[in-house]
Amino acid sequence: MPKYNAIIMDHFQNPQNVGEFEDADGIGLEENPICGDKTQIWIRVHDDLITDIRFKTQGCAAAIATSSVCTVHAKGMALEEAKSLSPNDVANWAGGLPRAKIHCSVLAADALRSAISDYEKHPR
Amino acid sequence: MEPTKFVYMDHAATTPVHPDALEAMLPYFSQLYGNPSSLYTLAQDGAKALDDARQRIADVLGCRGNEIIFTSGGTESDNTALRGAASALKHTGNHIITQTTEHHAILHACEELEKSGFDITYLSPDKTGLITPNQVEQAITEKTILVTIMMANNEIGTVQPISEIADVIKEKSSKLSRNIVMHTDAVQAPGLLDINLRELQVDMLSLSAHKFYGPKGVGVLYVRRHTPFLPQQLGGSQERNRRGGTENVPGAVGTSIALEIASREREASVEHCLRLRNKLIDSMLKIPGTHLNGHPTERLANNVNISFDQVEGESILLNLDFSGIAASSGSACTAASLEPSHVLVGIGLQAQMAQGSLRLTLGRGNTDEEIDYVLSLIPKMVERLRSMAPQPLP
Repeated sequence: MPKYNAIIMDHFQNPQNVGEFEDADGIGLEENPICGDKTQIWIRVHDDLITDIRFKTQGCAAAIATSSVCTVHAKGMALEEAKSLSPNDVANWAGGLPRAKIHCSVLAADALRSAISDYEKHPR
Repeated sequence: MEPTKFVYMDHAATTPVHPDALEAMLPYFSQLYGNPSSLYTLAQDGAKALDDARQRIADVLGCRGNEIIFTSGGTESDNTALRGAASALKHTGNHIITQTTEHHAILHACEELEKSGFDITYLSPDKTGLITPNQVEQAITEKTILVTIMMANNEIGTVQPISEIADVIKEKSSKLSRNIVMHTDAVQAPGLLDINLRELQVDMLSLSAHKFYGPKGVGVLYVRRHTPFLPQQLGGSQERNRRGGTENVPGAVGTSIALEIASREREASVEHCLRLRNKLIDSMLKIPGTHLNGHPTERLANNVNISFDQVEGESILLNLDFSGIAASSGSACTAASLEPSHVLVGIGLQAQMAQGSLRLTLGRGNTDEEIDYVLSLIPKMVERLRSMAPQPLP
């Protein structure tokens, strides 16, 4: 198994912002068709800021931890900034990922982007 | 948090060296360290130990000492068997039969042989991992030179009807009056299945010492007398010119002692593991959304392989590790690839189910208390991970 750093292990054992909002302003679900990992992100938006965020992930430790890390950093972030987040940003927040796990950070960034796009398409 | 206990349930990966095997090995590191090819007394002690080890193994397996080749492990044994027979028979044919769920030591060797002009038929097992003698027979062509089917699968524990398959090959072989070599990877078998080469009609068989409480880095390749075979490791005249290289004397000694013990204690060990295995399987299958991978009965006594819906294997493994439990998974996330286990995919599992697999392989050291400990934790872990998973789409 790949060796994970302390940030990943901490977020895997104590993931932040797990759950969902029934009244979310935007919801995004991303799945990696090859490895089967899934991440879903719920956001609340006010004045073009992400005021609150929740996630659920089915996947390995890296997938769970990167989702958690991503939500922690995205909370309070402007939509414009959050939209431009790259998998690399998420991986860097997580303190770096084993090479074989880079694809896990894509999932979190993509799910967030798709939640924002859901919000922009259907403002509530 | 430090784990309070340590529970080892990954015996299909490796086993601890048996104390008796270790003790038997020790003199050959620093005291009786002579090269068995040398003439002086010190070396001859090593040569004698090697001969004795070879004979001890032959006695357990029911073959001749000179049919045993020591190798560096199961992988070398498998590679050497395939290449050794294929290269010796290439003038008579180029067709090899195997199955999709073999170990990579077989599959990757087959892929390499394909590049040099051999045709490989990869048989598909049924959803329990079994292939039938008839399937093998149907695949034989006038070009077939080699069949390799494992005795028991390392991931799902399915035990193949290897004796019947070997009989079919030998029958077909004599009907066609041509040599079809039968090899079996029996790496998972010692201590769990009976191997009797007086009755089992295989020409070649691979073993790996560290799977049966012997040392790592030692393998055995049985090559039946008169089997077409060309050596694959070239050098000195060791192993009767079939594998060059100074012999691993302590390794051979440890292997022989470990195999003898595994054979002697097999019945008791099977009974012990079977009871614990069934307890694990029965209890885990009570968790909703769990599925047993492999065959319900034609299965190694120590193998549990279960998939959990909506749970990824690595997450379970790490949670188990936090509680001091060593296990394994067919999930790709535990390897450096995105693809899940070729064995689970080979028996028809959807990628998602393969990713959610957990393998527990028992050994003689496991106790009822350990089983209860594992069973007290797994349902909670599964429930927690599921609560974190997005709902499956309707």
